[in-house]
Amino acid sequence: MQKINYITENFGKYDVFSIDSYMNIGGFQSLQKAIDMEGEDIAAVLSDAGIKGRGGAEYPMGRKWSQARAVKRPHHCVICNADEGETCTFKDRELITNDPFNLIEAMVIAGWAVNAEDGYIYMRAEYSHLRPRLINAIKQAKERGFLGKNILGTGWDYDVHLYSGAGAYVCGEGTALIRSIEGKAGRPRMKPPFMKQSGLFARPTCINNVESLSIVPHLLHDAVPYMQAGTKESIGTKMVSVGGNVNKPGVYEVPFGITVRDIVYGLAGGIQEDHKIRLIQFGGASGKISDDRILDISYSYEDFAKNNLIIGSGSILVIDERTSVIDFLRYTQDFFLHESCGQCTPCREGNRHIRIFLEKIKNGTYTDEDIQTMKTFARVMPMSSLCGLGETAQNALKSAFDVFPEVFASKTQTEAVG
Amino acid sequence: MIEDSSKFEITDELKSKIEKILDNHYHDFTQIVGILLDVQDEIPQHYIPKAAAFYIAEKLPLKLSVIYDCITFYDALNEEPRGRYPIEICDSVACKVNDNDFLLGSLKELLGIDFGTVTYDGRFTIEKVSCFGACDRAPAVRINKTVYGPLKTKEQVRKLLEQFV
Amino acid sequence: MEEKITLKINGMPVEVKKGTKILEAAKVLHIDIPHLCYHPDQRVKARCRICSVEVVGKKRLLAACATECWDGMEVFTDTKVVRDTQRGILQLIMADHEENCLTCPRNGNCVLQHLCSRFNVLRPNLTHVAESIPVKTTNPSLVHDPEKCVKCGRCIRVCKDVQGIEAIGFAGRSTGLKVTTPYEEEFNKTDCVLCGQCTVVCPVGALVEKDDTDRVLDAIFDPDKTVIVQTAPSVRVALGDAFGLPDGSIVTKKMVSALRMIGFDKVFDTNYGADLTITEEAGELIDRLKNNKTMPMTTSCCPAWVNFMEKHYPDKIAHLSTTKSPMAIFSAIAKTQYAKQENIASKNVFSVAIMPCIAKKYEAKRQELTQNGLFDTDAVITTRGLIKLIKYIGIDFNNLPESEFDNPMGESTGAGAIFGATGGVMEAALRTAYEWMTDKPMPTLEYTPVRGFEGIKEAQVEIGGHNLKIAVVHTLKNAALIMDKLRDGKCDYDFIEVMACPGGCVGGGGQPVTTTFAATKERIKALYTIDRSSKLRKSHENPYLKKLYAEFLEAPGSETAHKLLHTHYHAREKEFDFSK
Repeated sequence: MQKINYITENFGKYDVFSIDSYMNIGGFQSLQKAIDMEGEDIAAVLSDAGIKGRGGAEYPMGRKWSQARAVKRPHHCVICNADEGETCTFKDRELITNDPFNLIEAMVIAGWAVNAEDGYIYMRAEYSHLRPRLINAIKQAKERGFLGKNILGTGWDYDVHLYSGAGAYVCGEGTALIRSIEGKAGRPRMKPPFMKQSGLFARPTCINNVESLSIVPHLLHDAVPYMQAGTKESIGTKMVSVGGNVNKPGVYEVPFGITVRDIVYGLAGGIQEDHKIRLIQFGGASGKISDDRILDISYSYEDFAKNNLIIGSGSILVIDERTSVIDFLRYTQDFFLHESCGQCTPCREGNRHIRIFLEKIKNGTYTDEDIQTMKTFARVMPMSSLCGLGETAQNALKSAFDVFPEVFASKTQTEAVG
Repeated sequence: MIEDSSKFEITDELKSKIEKILDNHYHDFTQIVGILLDVQDEIPQHYIPKAAAFYIAEKLPLKLSVIYDCITFYDALNEEPRGRYPIEICDSVACKVNDNDFLLGSLKELLGIDFGTVTYDGRFTIEKVSCFGACDRAPAVRINKTVYGPLKTKEQVRKLLEQFV
Repeated sequence: MEEKITLKINGMPVEVKKGTKILEAAKVLHIDIPHLCYHPDQRVKARCRICSVEVVGKKRLLAACATECWDGMEVFTDTKVVRDTQRGILQLIMADHEENCLTCPRNGNCVLQHLCSRFNVLRPNLTHVAESIPVKTTNPSLVHDPEKCVKCGRCIRVCKDVQGIEAIGFAGRSTGLKVTTPYEEEFNKTDCVLCGQCTVVCPVGALVEKDDTDRVLDAIFDPDKTVIVQTAPSVRVALGDAFGLPDGSIVTKKMVSALRMIGFDKVFDTNYGADLTITEEAGELIDRLKNNKTMPMTTSCCPAWVNFMEKHYPDKIAHLSTTKSPMAIFSAIAKTQYAKQENIASKNVFSVAIMPCIAKKYEAKRQELTQNGLFDTDAVITTRGLIKLIKYIGIDFNNLPESEFDNPMGESTGAGAIFGATGGVMEAALRTAYEWMTDKPMPTLEYTPVRGFEGIKEAQVEIGGHNLKIAVVHTLKNAALIMDKLRDGKCDYDFIEVMACPGGCVGGGGQPVTTTFAATKERIKALYTIDRSSKLRKSHENPYLKKLYAEFLEAPGSETAHKLLHTHYHAREKEFDFSK
């Protein structure tokens, strides 16, 4: 199995509280390069590398930056979304823990590329223990003139502010995130207006995930190893968070194209006590599920799409045979029932009733009509919810309809067979 | 017993601490979430007493309804007093499939409390929380911002709790 | 030229202005896309999702209330997935809704009830999950029944965007989401000033006024009581809404007939009280001007505005005119001079006020407005309450004969009528003050600078050597702007009129639930029509008023007048007072 350290190249190589230590390994040289480039050319580098948003939405990052630049309104800002809240997703935690200066450098490059005046890092409250290292990194970067007034003699002023989330998964959604920074409860709002036009404090806003940003300084430094990794359609590497019933849960950087088996049985050490796999969920709580037929599929956007799966945030949650499909779905539903912001009817009420139906299935007290009603709401809810949470909350359930149809079998049929 | 939050009285010392927090946030009402988190850190029971919410609303100034919305919306902000060492047990799938039920049972048994109650000395409460991003340490708990895990045996749980005695 | 675009809805082409939302475009085709959170006077919320429609080329349904039409757009409002969604959302709401429509105050004019009927929402295959939540009722005006709430947020928007109060807001999340006061306090402990705007926009029975119609009927059935009723100027131009008449229809005389049929012994007019208020207030203004007393003076006839001052600007209470409101002044006279004249014991006069307002219910319960332990005003019912009474009595309102108010307190001038519109009190007061200070009638009786729907109107009037600087303000959000200026010492007005509700009392919190800004504007026009067609247009010319002063009150501002027609205000107690 090929070992690759591209995004994670700096891990363990410098003192994360010392900018000197970071600069000794070449830190902020990519920023030096960037300010000699036009923003459009920086965006082009991202586009060439085919980077899709690593938070889960998979929006092409180069295009995002290019569009952000094109917005003619003043006072642009950049947001780093460090609110990773998808279950079994903890890759950004590792990036902030082990390479905080790289993230700050990326924030400055992003600011330069999209002409921003301010950068904001919105980090989930659960990572508050990482605040000191980011505060320190911002402070030291400012002392060295990488932030603040007239950065590197360019005449450009730019600051980075660190904001804390307060325990709300939905704040990973862009519009909820900005509301949280604006001092409100993080309930998403309608789009349009789109973030790039009118986002944080009604300013043009370009929002990126920690991992997406973290790639940028590396790409500007040396894109070759990245471009050589991966597949034709999924270039480079990805940070994956593997958890659940595996022997070695953790964050791994993998090249796209590696098989799921290599990740689960190789990197993550296989299943606890050699149990069989019941299901794997990819991309967090809002991701879809598969059974072990996925093991020999390559981990890439294209092959996943063919199998009705999504890479999303890069989480890989492995559930072994000790947990039933219906229990897994109940747990997932509990998560959304807790995390729905509650403002739109389909999501607030839909999650609740689907949870009730799942309970009935678990207890065997359901009727065929219940299954039909549940399927209707599992379809209606994503169609009509206000934001991405409601849209994706039933992804696991809907994929379970396809992968594990027997779980939802009609009672009359079951009885006939039984 | 958890103390009665309505009996909470705001001292001059707390007032000046809150003033300082407001100063640190430039009296900027858009930073209310950060302000509330900081104020909560100043209260030994890790919550925002009603009196403190009223005080912040008056001093910032900001409408109380916005503050109340934030306190009730965000999981990390609490309306009711908690133990000095609130034990947040992760209740997401990764921890559940790693038998966090056993962990929860051990905690309840060792501490003699359930959800919503506090140990006799005001030290511990147990709370279920959503995934806090420590699935590589499942099953895990988080106490005052530090993650502990994996906690698979009662002995591990006992050792953990002893740290706080 | 406005840019036009063409789209198709259910196959039918329609041309609309660029920027039009799908829901509004559908109205042009007479298609009513179901909606709950949408309100024409409010910013887009897109929260209830009942207006979800299918747009060709889009994977998901779009909210018709929030989505702007584009050229060539193709919308379908009637496909299976749209019906499943809209009906599904109704089922979801109903599963979390107190099912007691028959005993709900909004039975018959509830938007949710109407939609469920339209979508044939029969008992759905969903578990009923509604939890019982205590109803907030410990104030004289407002009832909040959270179990009926559909979380549309209309009330929150009006409280914040129109009034700037934010007494209610969202709290919690997911199924725990609530519309509530902070810490679920009773309204009297919160920033709420009981303006009642939330009760106008609430689509269901979650926020309603406290019903006093039964108390009124009890008095009517009581043989010992002489039940007199006064009706505010804004009621007669809004009441017709409920009976299918166009916005701003003037139904004064039918209303008088209806009130007699309901059983009121005497039907009087609040406009009489308004004339008296003007007379006293104009006198007070001149007194303050001449004797360098606290200026600027602000009006005090709007009870929500008075509540606002007492709660939010207690340090500025001295600016409020001490003259009682038309309702209070009317009742004070009714229980004294009128009772005496008719030879009825005060305690046997039951004084009912029909008001476009729910804060008046609170005003009526003020201890300052009692005499010898008796409330001056015994019951206040809103325009909505009157509609209920008319429906109960079973009258065909539109075909009622017309009749006139009783005298003496049914006589009024055009100045009394325009009280109901923003700027009306100012205009009426100017008519009288001008004449008293200069001994000449005001050259332009219809003083247009104070008319119109603008939030803050300013003008300067030259009166007898004084350059009187005036301001007319409606909605409390605008009022707060003025009061903040006053606090900062940057307010150089002499006289300020404030009405809490948009457009004045015609847009009041007790008006029919069909009230919108557009309807309010029509009602304002109607009040000006009433004024224009009045024989007498200056309050001090009211003949019965002249008689009242001559026989009972002596003169405006006299000791008797002061005792009976003036009041005082007090700062409200706070739950936490950090100044101590």
